[in-house]
Amino acid sequence: MNELVELVGVTKSYDSRNVAVNNITLTLPKGKIIGLLGPNGSGKTTLIKMMNGLLTPSQGSIKINGQYVGTETKAHVAYLPDRTYLSGGQKISQILDYFCDFYADFSKERALEMLQSLNIDPSVKLKTLSKGNKEKVQLILVMSRKADLYILDEPIAGVDPAARDYILRTIINNYNPDATVIISTHLIGDIEQVLDEVIFMRYGHLALYTSVDNIREQHGKSVDAYFREVFAC
Amino acid sequence: MAWELDNDRPIYAQLVDRIQMQIVSGQYPPGGKLPSVRDLAAEASVNPNTMQKAFAELERSGLIVTQRTNGRNVTEDEQRIKDIKDGLAKAEVDNFFARMKELGYAESETVELLNAKHFMSNNNEGEQE
Repeated sequence: MNELVELVGVTKSYDSRNVAVNNITLTLPKGKIIGLLGPNGSGKTTLIKMMNGLLTPSQGSIKINGQYVGTETKAHVAYLPDRTYLSGGQKISQILDYFCDFYADFSKERALEMLQSLNIDPSVKLKTLSKGNKEKVQLILVMSRKADLYILDEPIAGVDPAARDYILRTIINNYNPDATVIISTHLIGDIEQVLDEVIFMRYGHLALYTSVDNIREQHGKSVDAYFREVFAC
Repeated sequence: MAWELDNDRPIYAQLVDRIQMQIVSGQYPPGGKLPSVRDLAAEASVNPNTMQKAFAELERSGLIVTQRTNGRNVTEDEQRIKDIKDGLAKAEVDNFFARMKELGYAESETVELLNAKHFMSNNNEGEQE
């Protein structure tokens, strides 16, 4: 079985005029790095939250590894939200312990190793860090889990280009070949070369699901350039 | 250091070109060991699956061989490497003549320029590389 995520007719409407995700049917394989791309308000984060069980679809169903989204699937999905849920008053080392308690697949050694290579001292409180460093800490927490599915909502938005490279390398080096990583972002050009496949969303619909090399082969341009063309305002 | 990649061509094809160049130029000698997919992917800052695809392509063209237990090596078939090198050289020459033609030079004029350049560099041997 090579399917990891199965979405069938997934729809989410917040009210009758506001359909954030509209009838998406999609199967995602194991072992891929997939970009979830679309303009603001196209439904990316809503879709991600449904895959994490934080929102319930109005219609349709989502299975991860053959199981409907619920408590069981949360143990196998590592999620980086678009905003933090950690409390700033905690020391990083305390947060690491907290993750150890919470997730059976969390590796503290790996987290400490990554913190060290980014020169972040685990004994300081989270709120003393810069915005970029806070984001790095959160990504480290997520990537230190040994999950089947990593879902990263805007992981590189607030960090400098050097750290961005480090983060991308971290993603490449740490995901295991059976796991899939979904990355939602606007910064397509920066992550394009680590992606296998891309999902384009528009007004809640699935606009396109294809491989990066396909886009380059068929259109002779980068995904970034193609995106600008498809979503030209 | 991430590899420089163009925007208009498939990434795996560019990886193939680059590794091919490193093989024909002797940077990876015949029979020499190649880095693992993962290491090379990390070096290039590309997806390991893409690097895998590039290796598969190079294997198909006979430039690299996979040993079941021992990773990947450059082929020991030096004739095969030479053939590919000759092919690349020919493509370069064709490309060059095509560009000269765009500039308005007939083939004979281009050859004349080449001979003049060749003559000059022979006279300046030692100063030229």
